[in-house]
Amino acid sequence: MSAPTATSRIPHRLKLNLQAIVGRAYPRVVGANREPSWIFFEAILPLLGIAAYVFIYKALGDRALLGVTDPVEIARIRAGTNSLIATVVLGGTMVAFWLNVLWSMASQLYWEKEIGNLQLYMMAPMSRMALLGGMAIGGMFMTSVRAITTLVVGIVVFSVVLQVSNPLLLIGVFFVTLIALYGMGMMLASLYLLWGREAFNLSALLEEPIFFSSGFYFPVGGFAKFGTIGGAMLAFATAIPATLGLDAMRQIIVPGGPVLPIPVPWGQGAFLTADVEFGILIVLAVVFLFLARQTLAYLEKLARREGRLTSRHQ
Amino acid sequence: MDSNWTEPWLFMVYSVIKPIAGAFILVLMYTVFALIGRFTDPDLFSYIYVGNAFFIFVGNTLFGTFQVIQSDREWYQTLRYTYISPISYYTYIVGRAASKVAVAALAVVITLAFGALALGVRFEVSLAQIPLFLVALVLGLFCLISIGICLAGISFMTAKHTHGLAEGIPGIFYVFCGVLFPLSALPGWAQSFGRGIPLTYWFDLTRRLLLPPTTISTGLASCAGGVCRAFTDVEILALLLASSLIFFLMSLGIFKLGEYLARRAGKIDMTTSY
Repeated sequence: MSAPTATSRIPHRLKLNLQAIVGRAYPRVVGANREPSWIFFEAILPLLGIAAYVFIYKALGDRALLGVTDPVEIARIRAGTNSLIATVVLGGTMVAFWLNVLWSMASQLYWEKEIGNLQLYMMAPMSRMALLGGMAIGGMFMTSVRAITTLVVGIVVFSVVLQVSNPLLLIGVFFVTLIALYGMGMMLASLYLLWGREAFNLSALLEEPIFFSSGFYFPVGGFAKFGTIGGAMLAFATAIPATLGLDAMRQIIVPGGPVLPIPVPWGQGAFLTADVEFGILIVLAVVFLFLARQTLAYLEKLARREGRLTSRHQ
Repeated sequence: MDSNWTEPWLFMVYSVIKPIAGAFILVLMYTVFALIGRFTDPDLFSYIYVGNAFFIFVGNTLFGTFQVIQSDREWYQTLRYTYISPISYYTYIVGRAASKVAVAALAVVITLAFGALALGVRFEVSLAQIPLFLVALVLGLFCLISIGICLAGISFMTAKHTHGLAEGIPGIFYVFCGVLFPLSALPGWAQSFGRGIPLTYWFDLTRRLLLPPTTISTGLASCAGGVCRAFTDVEILALLLASSLIFFLMSLGIFKLGEYLARRAGKIDMTTSY
């Protein structure tokens, strides 16, 4: 009997890694089903925060309508208010994924170390990318429930009018955004592990500032009105997949044309269209997955060299 | 305990970045609406900005209170040791919340100063009203900590839902207490619900004491015989005092009940890290 070669072992390794993905996704899905209370806490309650942002635009819209009698002007204000409320609903949907990336991807290896699972993962023969991939898939399942709830409530309760102009592009943008976001989460998972106790605080720090810079509750092109500082903020924000993903989805589903899209500096009145953003998102997804692989490899090397990665409370 | 992961200066920066970013979200929302709707309303902007600044206390205090159960039980796994030590666990949580209140106070001051200096929010405070403002602030914080401890009692029994609670419970106050928009923007049933929450009165009184009079109708008034009149400052303070005491008593009861049920179900030091 001949010794196994690298090529002959491919099916075995593939099977092993697929099993690892399923194995790591399984407890998240099953854990969720065993604790159905999470649907209330994770999907229903957070809707209130989003509702508050919706009511701000409603209140502003109501004040803007005071004393206006021209039907054209009334229609214009209502359309503007609807597009901004749609922005909030869409942002609220994507907030769920961003929070999942932060708290259930980026911070996860750190928690695994704290509860003593990390050394088991390090010893197991599967790829660490498969492990993180399983976490991502399990997390996406849980998060999708919240995201869908937000979207449905937005449409039904707040009477948001959406108009899908290009369904295929919408699906493409959505999934590539998720891949890029979770790729970013995988990369952060390794970095958080290296940074130790700051992990929790880093995740907390990446909530509101990212909601702000990525335009989760307003069209991010609004930054362009703030001159150089706004331009710098936009340049920084486009490195975060959520920014481009949200802007592209806004352009595809909010009726009445793009509302304050991301302008490009080299063309008067030109802006990043949804298909250009889709292309950039594909690049970001590849880059983040590559970086995740690199940082994981570095982490593993460090684990072997210094032996401190399994030390808890550091 | 909350700051021992880093240098004090870095902790201070970290503590104010989040709330200031939260304030910036509202500034951008207002700016974008002004651009699209070709409409400006400085009164409403001041209303939103000051409400949001004081809301920093709500988010920080509530999260700092009930998150203690989760962090000690699941992350640090120290709850069992603290719990069996000869101290009141209720008091321990109040102590942990106190540090959050202090940090939140700094963030509130910075946010208000930024609003006044960079965004043109106009404040109008008279010296005679400062004692009233301080009393309202103390009562508001007392009420917040009481609500936080009620939630801590519930957290004894729940799995790792801190983030849902941290987003959702402040969300209730965000929506129903007229923090960012007048209660009159809500449907009737929601306005009635909001009038039953003490924080509604705290936010209203705080804005009355800090901002110049505006044309915005907050929807808070006492009505008799078809005639409505706005509450006076002292009436609002009395309502705040009464409701704070009620929440304090509720916090004692709910905390004890949650603790008892968790002990009976063997959940006092459970971990749910899936």
